[in-house]
Amino acid sequence: MTLNRFCAAALMAASLTLPTFAAAEVDSPECVAPAQPGGGFDLTCRVAQTGLAAQFGAPMQVTFMPGGIGAVAFNLFNTTRTDDANAIVAFSTGSLLNIATGKYGAFTENDVRFVGTAGADFGAVVVKADSKYTSLEQLMADLAADPSSVVVGAGGSVGSQDWMKAALLVRETGASPMKMRYVAFDGGGDAIAALLGGSIEVYTGDVGEMASHMEAGDMRVLAVMADERLGGAFAEVPTAKEQGFDVEWTIMRGFYMGKDVSDADYQTWVDAFKAAYATPEWEQVQTEKGLLPLNLAGDELKARVDANMATLREIATEAGLIQK
Amino acid sequence: MGDVLSGLATGFGVALMPFNLMLVLLGCFAGTLIGALPGLGPINGVAILLPIAYGLGFPPESALILLAGIYYGAEYGGRISSILLNVPGDSGAVMTTLDGHPMALKGEAGRALSLSAVASFVGGTIAVVLMSLFGPLLAQFAVTFSPANYVALMVFAFASLASLVGKSTVKTLLGALIGLMLATIGIDSNTGVARYTFGLPDILAGIDFLIVVVGLFGMAELLHLVEQQVSGKLKTLPVDKSFVRWADLARTKWTILRCSLIGFFIGVLPGTGASVASAVAYGTEKRMAGAEGQKTFGTGDVRGLAAPEAANNAAAGGAMVPMLTLGIPGSGTTAILLGALLMFNIQPGPLMFAQRPEIAWGLIASMYIGNVALLIINLPLVGLFARMLTIPQHYLTPLIAILAFVGIYSIVGNPFDLFMITWLGIFGWFLRKLDFSLAPVILGFVLGGLFENNLRRALSISGGDWMILVDNWKSLLLYALALLVVAVPVWMGRRARKMAEADI
Repeated sequence: MTLNRFCAAALMAASLTLPTFAAAEVDSPECVAPAQPGGGFDLTCRVAQTGLAAQFGAPMQVTFMPGGIGAVAFNLFNTTRTDDANAIVAFSTGSLLNIATGKYGAFTENDVRFVGTAGADFGAVVVKADSKYTSLEQLMADLAADPSSVVVGAGGSVGSQDWMKAALLVRETGASPMKMRYVAFDGGGDAIAALLGGSIEVYTGDVGEMASHMEAGDMRVLAVMADERLGGAFAEVPTAKEQGFDVEWTIMRGFYMGKDVSDADYQTWVDAFKAAYATPEWEQVQTEKGLLPLNLAGDELKARVDANMATLREIATEAGLIQK
Repeated sequence: MGDVLSGLATGFGVALMPFNLMLVLLGCFAGTLIGALPGLGPINGVAILLPIAYGLGFPPESALILLAGIYYGAEYGGRISSILLNVPGDSGAVMTTLDGHPMALKGEAGRALSLSAVASFVGGTIAVVLMSLFGPLLAQFAVTFSPANYVALMVFAFASLASLVGKSTVKTLLGALIGLMLATIGIDSNTGVARYTFGLPDILAGIDFLIVVVGLFGMAELLHLVEQQVSGKLKTLPVDKSFVRWADLARTKWTILRCSLIGFFIGVLPGTGASVASAVAYGTEKRMAGAEGQKTFGTGDVRGLAAPEAANNAAAGGAMVPMLTLGIPGSGTTAILLGALLMFNIQPGPLMFAQRPEIAWGLIASMYIGNVALLIINLPLVGLFARMLTIPQHYLTPLIAILAFVGIYSIVGNPFDLFMITWLGIFGWFLRKLDFSLAPVILGFVLGGLFENNLRRALSISGGDWMILVDNWKSLLLYALALLVVAVPVWMGRRARKMAEADI
């Protein structure tokens, strides 16, 4: 323990004394959140800002570039800022889904360089506390009998990742996701209000946003869509897989850079992420921002993204989001 | 009741600490300025200052008090440029231009500014009193408001706005239609299909309301001013030392009270905010003013000024209710405040009042103080603001242009939006040339989007059964009210005509 701590401290000290050497070109790091302040991308950038603070000589700036569900930033880094060595842009699984369904235009995941992750969040199947559903099995049985008998709602449009979580549940029962009764709201807040008010019966949200509602006891989480059971307030909540349904939805949060960034600069960022992952500060800021550990940088991340993209394309094609 | 009083006592204990008191005042002052600048509104003010408040390492209650001060300060400030420049300072202040600016043109800018400050104060205070007394109860009611109820609410809003019909019914309807068409741009949430985006990623998520407001109002007004300047029709306004009179307050007291309540209830509902509240309040008041009001509203009627200002400030307070009591953000700005709470590891919701009373009640108490502070800050500044009108036009026009461009660019940082406000400005200027009123365009834009989304939500809930729209007492009540606002003035008009005929 003490040795670990000593090593971490030594590592930090080393990175503090050698910032100019380690970050030859990265002299004014910037994290671009492709949305309005206050949302998920903002949080993603805050993780980098705090977590990477010790890795660079200069403090990281967070800038906002909302517009077109992240498409504006994605296109900018594919057209004009392709070689900006100072800037990383936040992305999530939702952005990958948009790439897969062609919402971001002609550019694909191969047109940017994925650098590192900030952490992960997971899908959650939520009902009201007094709902007739007490287990995922009951809900799935109803969905299997008639996919349009249950009113499902969430904060994203049809084809967004919120819809995708619901579509995966319906697909697991063997029915077509297009038969589902899905109600699209403007953001998770409105959808939670509709769930509490009884307008919708099931809400497919995220674990991160449910954390603040768990103690209040006005909603019940039927299942988390993670591979393994989570800790903390969710220790009692079984995963969908435990209940016998092979559905999983990990929301990966991370960062990409332009395609033409030099290998040396790219490596500087990858090393910075890897060094930060080893520090207790990184774990702390991840927890503070409601994220669960998922630390991938460089090639590891690229491999994961490629695997994700293949799955996303497959699901999206099945769900009718990609027309051939 | 005892809980509320002891809670408030705790809250005032927190909010009256010298440091927090200073932050309330600072926030309110900064908010007023942010609100007054066209392009920057409460949502951007809070969003821009959130990282700063977080970075300064304030205790959570102090940071929230500062941010909340900026929030309602901006709702106060939005009226200033509406009245003086005919450019809404933020989206909730669109309706304020209708009677506020004509008053300024008549040399009554000071009167308009001070009256609207009082109306804002009353609206804001009524909202915070109702919030402390019935907050949790109201929030419980607000979540039961289903998409079908929202459809009924929008029908009511459209009905009360029928009074906005100006000289030409056709042009008003066309204007509303243009607004509806602008609202359809972007990804359709019910099918995931991009509508009218023509492959432009910048409008994939639709056109931001603020851009429509700044473009159609701000830039169009600018072009109008330049045109007048070139053609030499521009009149210089006399120095204006008018101030609100007791008679004005006596005349508007019921308007302010009614609109505060309307604004508060619409604000409490998640999804509708200050812009809908002020529009409904203005429409209702114009209807209530009868035949005489139809002539004076829109030409500088004090009631037409007081109504939207009381309503938008009450709505700003109302929007805090579901955020604080349920952890559900009811508007864009409260969503950011919720994000701020989460950044400080505070879980909003019913438990916040039990677990962190100093934050929940401190915030509420700071709203009482903030409202008083804003009135005190705003009244003496009226003279200073009013003098802005005496700035020669050849300085003022470029100044508005710079403010609008900087404001829009600072929020989004996307040059495309600058082209967008310019195009919309030219379009708005053409519409004005053709004698269109721009208010129906804006309202079509706001209400149309809400109407379409909720109608389609309601129908997907019912599986396509239209009966869902009328099978609930809340919807029926709203339809009845809608019928009433349309029918009563017609009936009154007829009776008045009959009485006049009988006299002859």
